[in-house]
Amino acid sequence: MIPLSWFLILGAALFCIGMYGVLSRRNAIGILMGVELILNAVNVNLIAFWRYRTPDHLTGLVFAVFVMAIAAAEAAVGLALIIAIYRTRNTVIVEDVDLLKM
Amino acid sequence: MSLPQIVFLAVGLITLGAAVAVVTSRNVLHSAFLLALTFFGVAVLYVLLDTPYLAAAQVLVYIGAVSVLIIFAIMLSRKVAAPDLVQRNSQWLLALIVAVLLFGALAYLTLQAAWPAAKQALGVDAIGGLGQAFVGTYALPFEVVSVVLLVALVGAIIIARER
Repeated sequence: MIPLSWFLILGAALFCIGMYGVLSRRNAIGILMGVELILNAVNVNLIAFWRYRTPDHLTGLVFAVFVMAIAAAEAAVGLALIIAIYRTRNTVIVEDVDLLKM
Repeated sequence: MSLPQIVFLAVGLITLGAAVAVVTSRNVLHSAFLLALTFFGVAVLYVLLDTPYLAAAQVLVYIGAVSVLIIFAIMLSRKVAAPDLVQRNSQWLLALIVAVLLFGALAYLTLQAAWPAAKQALGVDAIGGLGQAFVGTYALPFEVVSVVLLVALVGAIIIARER
């Protein structure tokens, strides 16, 4: 039997790795990968809590499916934005996209 | 140590190792492939949590769609994603310190709390219950999510379209 805390610690580690990726990457696609890692960590926690704490109520499971759908939408819109920026400004480095920064 | 624990430790180590490589690799394309490996590790965790349906959805949505989308985006912006490019920004050390401190705090809190030792038997049919929840209790959020997904995909096409 796997203790619940193992899943929670793995989720926390995945979240922190993703957060480091979001904060430290210069490449916009790298930042998006970090966001995907964070969303996966959230899903691991949701499913683990559902399975160990409230297996009779499917709320955790349903919410994890919603998170998955929103993550797919976020990836599609984010990558479309990155491609649009690349087309007009010829860069995917977020520090070079500073048109609004005076 | 039982078999599920050994599987968890092995898969967890692979998942976390791949995740670390995703955020540290200098080549973005390697990051994308390792991201697919991370997604697969998370899918195995879902199997360990008795939700094979979510594991299948994870493989289909994340590995089949999101990873492929990311690899396409990298290839469309290939010129600036050269392997010799510096991938870390100037605040990476601060980010590393914050991430390690946050993980320390979360791990400490997790180990402090008294969790129930064992998981209860799965009383309900998870897949059937999920299907009924989508058309019953959660019918409205389910419809809203599908509209959000549709709008996002149409928006993505409009944003990325060549003018």
